[in-house]
Amino acid sequence: MALTNETIQQKLTEKFGEQLTDWQTPYGMLTFTAPAALNLKVLQYLYDDAELRFQFLTDLQAVHYPDNKGAELAVVYHLHNLVDNIRLRFKVFADISKPDVYSATALYQSANFMERETYDFFGVNFVGHPNLIRILNVDEMDYFPMRKEFPVEDQTRIDKDDEMFGRG
Amino acid sequence: MTNTNDHIILPEGSIEKQTNTLNLGPTHPATHGVFQNIVELDGERILKATSTVGYIHRAFEKIAERRPLYQITPLTDRLNYCSSPLNNMGWHITCEKLLGVTIPKRVDYLRIIIMELSRISDHLICNSIVGVDSGAYSGFLYLMQYRELIYEIYEEICGSRLTTNIGRIGGFERNFNATAFTKLEKFIKEYPAVLKEFENLFTRNRIFMDRTIGTGPISAERALNYGFTGPNLRAAGVDYDVRVHTPYSSYEDMDFIIPVGKTGDCYDRFLVRNEEMWQSLSIIEQAYQKVQEFKGAEAEVFHADSPAYYLPEKKDVYTKMEALIYHFKIIMGETNIPAGEVYSSIEAANGELGFYLVSDGGRTPYRLHFRRPCFIYYQAFPELIKGGMLSDAIITMSSLNLIAGELDA
Repeated sequence: MALTNETIQQKLTEKFGEQLTDWQTPYGMLTFTAPAALNLKVLQYLYDDAELRFQFLTDLQAVHYPDNKGAELAVVYHLHNLVDNIRLRFKVFADISKPDVYSATALYQSANFMERETYDFFGVNFVGHPNLIRILNVDEMDYFPMRKEFPVEDQTRIDKDDEMFGRG
Repeated sequence: MTNTNDHIILPEGSIEKQTNTLNLGPTHPATHGVFQNIVELDGERILKATSTVGYIHRAFEKIAERRPLYQITPLTDRLNYCSSPLNNMGWHITCEKLLGVTIPKRVDYLRIIIMELSRISDHLICNSIVGVDSGAYSGFLYLMQYRELIYEIYEEICGSRLTTNIGRIGGFERNFNATAFTKLEKFIKEYPAVLKEFENLFTRNRIFMDRTIGTGPISAERALNYGFTGPNLRAAGVDYDVRVHTPYSSYEDMDFIIPVGKTGDCYDRFLVRNEEMWQSLSIIEQAYQKVQEFKGAEAEVFHADSPAYYLPEKKDVYTKMEALIYHFKIIMGETNIPAGEVYSSIEAANGELGFYLVSDGGRTPYRLHFRRPCFIYYQAFPELIKGGMLSDAIITMSSLNLIAGELDA
């Protein structure tokens, strides 16, 4: 396996300089953060470069960090270079009041449903997505349920009327 | 969602070119699950298809954010419910990676036996359903008996059959008993003949070949771009298998090949799945061989030595104080999990089943995302069936092995 995490980091740093930050390798997977405006450029570079060849989008999802003011939503990409068999993860952060992130659908067809799912649950607005509508939730829903301000119901709460469910 | 803008606009008065809109699903008997496809038909030919998903969405990712790790295992059962043990094991392996638990070899091999059994049970359902959809019911009945036998083996190990909740973080809940091994031996002995007979019924069957060759094809490039994994990707000619690329649970000790197809059509998918069943059988035999080689105390090992995370046996809980303490801590969710983020994936029956687990050091995951292979490759379905006959759409859907539970999570 020729390609190593160090080579990838070096190549990316050469190309993008100081814009890519927070380099880590948790559990062996190279992880870094890119500015939201650069996500497509990074993806394109990782896709096209003859050595890097990250042409398989394994997964795309978001994480909500409500305390991270100004950059509450993290969109996480998992990419896989199937030739050298190496994975990497990179994140872009978006402001929750204007969560615009460029869509990766032009590069990866598979991003279509994944971005729709991320939009559905976190409200990330993927700019350039051909059909950014809800996918798993009902169309009428007017909030983004995976955000942290919607806690899962506490099962011990007593202010609920259970009579309708035969538990009155 | 019916959007009239999507309909094909015809010139005024063109009767002969008139198209029909047909709702295939959500509860159509031919779709084996809750899927809706709105197809635009010209006679019997499909011009356009729109898929709607989400009919059995159960918010597992949200629920998981309030549950300690061991309570998430039953949620994973309900993803691909044709092979629940694979999902369970994938989840345990993810947790063990995050927690840093080392698994003894014997447990790894026992897990391999269970995982390959469930891969067989998944593939046999998929392939025999392809047969049913092309009008051959008998193959389905032959194989079904052996799925029953596999379920009986699960039952001996964990007590349940479909949604198994099998194993624990760190190993199994109890050692395999003699009946489980007897049934496993019976399966290893009898299944090859049945699978051979099944292949005889289908592989060179003229009607079956005419129905499946060239139906729903996809090229390797398109398949990769659509994020295909598993048998569907391999049928298109890409030899990507997580068991080989990122070995987990001691798969590196096993000797097997990855079957690949060429055209990515229904026939190749069928052949790849059949060959994978043979390979799985051989893996089970190898793993069983290795399990039998353990002697003395090693032959009784069925869990890791990790008291902080492995739920102790019930009889120890009643008699030993330490076991009681750990039991209480685990059950009450008092054990904090280390902060960190981990992505771990296994080769499930439909492809790469990934778990992205973010922990902030609390008792429950901060965020958990399931990479569900079905969900990702289902988006290619409209492209696969476009231009084909309506009956080909049905057979393509079953040969992709779409499982509604995995699709919607």
